[in-house]
Amino acid sequence: MLDFAIQTKGLTRMFGDFTAVDHITFNVKQGEIFGFLGANGAGKTTAMKMLTGLLTPTSGEARVSGRDVYTEAESIKKNIGYMSQKFSLYDDLTAEENIRFYGGVYGIQPHELSQKAEELLERTGLIEERKKLVKDLPLGWKQKLAFSIAILHHPNIVFLDEPTGGVDPVTRRQFWEQIYEVSEQGITVFVTTHYMDEAEYCDRISIMVDGRMDALGTPAELKQEHSAETIEEVFIKLARSAKRGGG
Amino acid sequence: MRIIRVLLRKEFLQIFRNKSMLPILFVMPVIQLLVLSFAATYELKEVDMALIDADQSELSRALVSRFQASGYFVLELETFNPEEALEAMDEGQVSMIIQIPQGFETDFKEGRKAHLQLIIDAVDGSTAGLIQSYSTSILKDLNAEKLVEVNMRNAVSAPKLSSSINIIPQNWYNPNLDYITYMVPGILVVLVSMIGLFLSGMNIVREQEIGTIEQLNVTPIRKYQFMIGKLLPFWVIGMVDLLIGLALARYGFQIPFLGNLFTVLAVAGIFLITIQSLGLLISTVTHTQQQAMFIAWFLMVVFILLGGLFTPIESMPNWAQNLTLVNPIAYFIKIMRMVLLKGAGWIEIQNMVYVLLFMGSVLLLVSIKRYKKTAQ
Repeated sequence: MLDFAIQTKGLTRMFGDFTAVDHITFNVKQGEIFGFLGANGAGKTTAMKMLTGLLTPTSGEARVSGRDVYTEAESIKKNIGYMSQKFSLYDDLTAEENIRFYGGVYGIQPHELSQKAEELLERTGLIEERKKLVKDLPLGWKQKLAFSIAILHHPNIVFLDEPTGGVDPVTRRQFWEQIYEVSEQGITVFVTTHYMDEAEYCDRISIMVDGRMDALGTPAELKQEHSAETIEEVFIKLARSAKRGGG
Repeated sequence: MRIIRVLLRKEFLQIFRNKSMLPILFVMPVIQLLVLSFAATYELKEVDMALIDADQSELSRALVSRFQASGYFVLELETFNPEEALEAMDEGQVSMIIQIPQGFETDFKEGRKAHLQLIIDAVDGSTAGLIQSYSTSILKDLNAEKLVEVNMRNAVSAPKLSSSINIIPQNWYNPNLDYITYMVPGILVVLVSMIGLFLSGMNIVREQEIGTIEQLNVTPIRKYQFMIGKLLPFWVIGMVDLLIGLALARYGFQIPFLGNLFTVLAVAGIFLITIQSLGLLISTVTHTQQQAMFIAWFLMVVFILLGGLFTPIESMPNWAQNLTLVNPIAYFIKIMRMVLLKGAGWIEIQNMVYVLLFMGSVLLLVSIKRYKKTAQ
């Protein structure tokens, strides 16, 4: 078992003259819930795209699940799950068809897949809705389903890009319960969020400002370091120094 | 293999679940084939004409009734005022004016040259050409017939048969110059091309738009698997459409099938991959369905106009003829007509098939190369 699910050193991404991600160095321990915070435009999504193999870094090093992002991007893809804010489920397929499609894509064998699909539907309470098109499901259920599908192949790390955008506090709380369950199974959770209360749920968090990683530690450490009551205060103190506008 | 099966299953589920897609795939081509085949014709029907008959003789009346009896001309206006006839042409009421001068019959009977004037509206050049040649042949027939009568009357002795060279054209492969026979194979090509060029490419751009392509890009799906998953469903649908179209052509339009059906299908398979690859290439350089649609339409119009469907490639200027060398639709239309109407076999078409194969391979390789799971 690896000690670190993600290791980066000086990871940088330029778009022309613009440095979207500026020499970030951090490690994510196997099995931890790692919160990845930052204002809009701070470079979170770019960093996440490099770690998931969607974008080649300009310079620096990064290993995800022990594999190099430059040379082993395809191998990384077998070992990670990914759920983006845009819900990557197919609206015109049913819940069950989506499960079968993504399960098949990750090479889960048919008999195993049937069993896993059944378990998943039961766990998420979607048994009754299995034949419903995803577009007819409420947002909270879609998110639950998307998350469950992202970990169906039991990846080493699951990347969640603003998974709880636009849902009510109760649903958000349920979603975090799901995150804890997944973490208990040994899956590392790498999550970006704009909700500061969610940041408190993480084992460790990092805060990106203008492409740099300006803070890294447990929520308690960060609060102490910046003599703040809440993570929100820490965030606002750091974000105020940002030169890049939001958006 | 299993991943490809999973991808195909998903595509077919989506295609057949889409209520607006099914009519596009299977009903529209049939309607287009029916409508276009009957509409896209060069046959002349019901040309309106004006008559200025200053002679009012037996011969002039015979001439006019000849025109009317031919079925191609309708007498719309009869007048003695040339101004009125011209006005009618200006307004588009008539496409031809026949002016018969006084003394027309007398001149004819006395063996002098009899004159008459045809004024043809030539805004549409090809129609004007047809009107002229139809009219000429009507006049020639009448001339020959009446000449015999005149000769018999004038010389009681044996009639002087005209000894001029008489050309009787034989139209091979399409003896009745039936335009439906000529058009249907070409229209079938256009229908198959639409399916191939638009749907595969559009499908990929759609996944880009809704964001699912990003999800697919973080999975271990390989590029070639993804491409096969996108190409094969519409390839199958294109072939099914072609089969429906061919059945309609054979049993509905009674188009002769002189060549081998399998030759047609094999070439169609290659052609579809070529045109689908072009669609894929378009999808890799565009970000929205709107952009992709626009580029695809632009190419489609150029391909059709330079494809020899309506106007023969041989009569295009040289530069345009050179352009048709890279037009896959031009090759397939030519092959279809050759195989179906002339019974051409592999030997006659092989060079064109090689060109299609070459174009298809290049386009497919370039589009696979351009499609990237990882952005640089």
